[in-house]
Amino acid sequence: MDSLNSLVDGFGTALTPVNLLWAALGVLLGTAIGVLPGIGPAMAVALLLPVTYGLEPTGAFIMFAGIYYGAMFGGSTTSILLNTPGESAAVVAAIEGNPMAKAGRGAQALAAAAIGHFTGGMIGTILLVVLAPTVASLAVDIGAPDYFAIMVLAFIAVTSVLGSSRIRGLASLLIGLTVGLVGLDQMTGQQRLTFGSLQLADGIDVVIVAVGLFAIGEALWVAAHLRRSTGTPIPVGRPWLGRADVRRTWKSWLRGPVIGFPFGAIPAGGAEIPTFLSYVTEKRLSKHRDQFGKGAIEGVAGPESAASASAAGTLVSMLTLGLPTTAVAAVMLAAFQQYGIQPGPLLFEREPDLVWGLIASLFVGMVLLLALNLPLAPLWAKLLRIPRPYLYAGILFFAAVGAYAVGGEALDLVILLVIGVLGFGMRRYGLPVLPAVIGVILGPAAEQQLRRALQISDGSVTGLVDTPFSVTVYVIVLLILLWPPVKKVITRVRA
Amino acid sequence: MTTETAGPPPRPTTARSWLRDHSELGVCVLLLALGVLVLTDTLTMDVDLTQRGPVGPRTVPAVVGAGLVLVALLLAVDVLRGGRGEAEGGEDIDLAEPADGRTVALLTGVFLAFAVLIGPLGFPIAGALLFWGSAYALGSRHHDRDPLIAAGLSLVTYFVFDNLLGVPLPGGPLMGVL
Repeated sequence: MDSLNSLVDGFGTALTPVNLLWAALGVLLGTAIGVLPGIGPAMAVALLLPVTYGLEPTGAFIMFAGIYYGAMFGGSTTSILLNTPGESAAVVAAIEGNPMAKAGRGAQALAAAAIGHFTGGMIGTILLVVLAPTVASLAVDIGAPDYFAIMVLAFIAVTSVLGSSRIRGLASLLIGLTVGLVGLDQMTGQQRLTFGSLQLADGIDVVIVAVGLFAIGEALWVAAHLRRSTGTPIPVGRPWLGRADVRRTWKSWLRGPVIGFPFGAIPAGGAEIPTFLSYVTEKRLSKHRDQFGKGAIEGVAGPESAASASAAGTLVSMLTLGLPTTAVAAVMLAAFQQYGIQPGPLLFEREPDLVWGLIASLFVGMVLLLALNLPLAPLWAKLLRIPRPYLYAGILFFAAVGAYAVGGEALDLVILLVIGVLGFGMRRYGLPVLPAVIGVILGPAAEQQLRRALQISDGSVTGLVDTPFSVTVYVIVLLILLWPPVKKVITRVRA
Repeated sequence: MTTETAGPPPRPTTARSWLRDHSELGVCVLLLALGVLVLTDTLTMDVDLTQRGPVGPRTVPAVVGAGLVLVALLLAVDVLRGGRGEAEGGEDIDLAEPADGRTVALLTGVFLAFAVLIGPLGFPIAGALLFWGSAYALGSRHHDRDPLIAAGLSLVTYFVFDNLLGVPLPGGPLMGVL
């Protein structure tokens, strides 16, 4: 009952005219950016970080949440009309959505996706309301060794689960950890990797790392391989669904969150795996299995619902444990740090207005998104025609604004460019970007927790594994590490 | 670097084409260099300062540095065995085309110029040059439209950030005149 009361208070915060304005601005910007090819939600949030420097935190996070959900909504439009998914979560939407659009059923595909996002987001956010306070109260007692264990889990999961090569994931993580080391040691004030530079003593700002890797790196990478002939989007009318379509899709909308939400909460790469699992499930359960691959509406509805629910699941881990499970959550965590707020179990006690205002605004944002997206879809589709030179020049432009706004230093722009070139190289040689960002953001915190834990245990390594919680987490870490060799043995035995 | 001397190439190819095929070894070299840099910094650290707790400021950098060296070697082994990093795809990316180094170099130059010019020229002018230059580098040749869009975007951004959002940007001589 407690969380219900808090939620009502949260609506009090979210429904003030100013915050309503931020939510509306967030979903509009988010949808626009999601529709724009080449910009994913993580880059969107990173680019828009500086916009919020002058805002108070509640308004800023309400806007971020709107951008996150909006970008998810918008991404599926690109997939369906252009058949070129910009982010991995929208790949599945293209498989069935694009054939539908080609067959003249684009309006139905867009509607199935939009309502799927709405349902998935609603169910996911309700689960967030129910679960987050419980998780937070369970986690209130966890100490330094437990935090360190969670962060180790995040590091291992992000390098092992994502991407095709573990060694490349690990290389990326270590690069991130190295960047995180630059500056003064938090506990002793010792200078590390500063080479005597006063500006480096403050450390490299997380915003610059995120913008550099996500925005500059991506823009340079696209510039090197720019497609000279861009695909033409399929024209589409106002999205709507007939009764027969609704009968086919309502179960898919409800099944999506069951798969999406838990996967969002664990560090398994965000919406990529659950959307795919949802697709496979829908295919197995459908009465129209022969239509799959040629434009089955269930194959759009289920995965899109799963994608939005996974975003809500991501927020559970981010808000209650301070554990970012996706790139967007990692950037949002960086935003929290900008405001000097530490997400974690105590967040719900220390900043109830902020947290519940944020959660309530998710509901508001979802209603706004549905109201905006159904009638405005043809308008959003026009964004797909933006000339590519303007699009990527704009990304570079706003990345520069963002990096300069951090501290008003021209040197930051040079650091930004260096990190951007690094991001370019990482894309060229298949080093995933997310582990590096997680390394920069969580690295310093992990070191602090490690040293705190060892301080308590007086240097004994057993101090890291003296709680049931941390032991459980390390067992999970071991399972993740051991899975590939075990799988190899299993397939060999079977063969 | 041990990886460069890893025996003769399997097929009768020139040394240059072998290096091009194994350009990923450059990543190993960079990782190794970074690892050595971190380790050197750790070893030369002056830790006479008050060390609180059993773990000082050197432990984690030492682990990270050693990890970088190890990963550099493992990656080199992987590359020499034929492992390749998968280049990232995307909406506007055509991986069938060879990389266009000229565009990337031009963009980098334009961005560096912005970093240099933002001080003396202020944001509105430097920002417009950044957008125009980038669009030009990316292949836009609308000489009537491009500068207007660049100037408009830069001015609007300046006013929105400086006046509405409370994020100060340097106005430069242009704003001194207006």
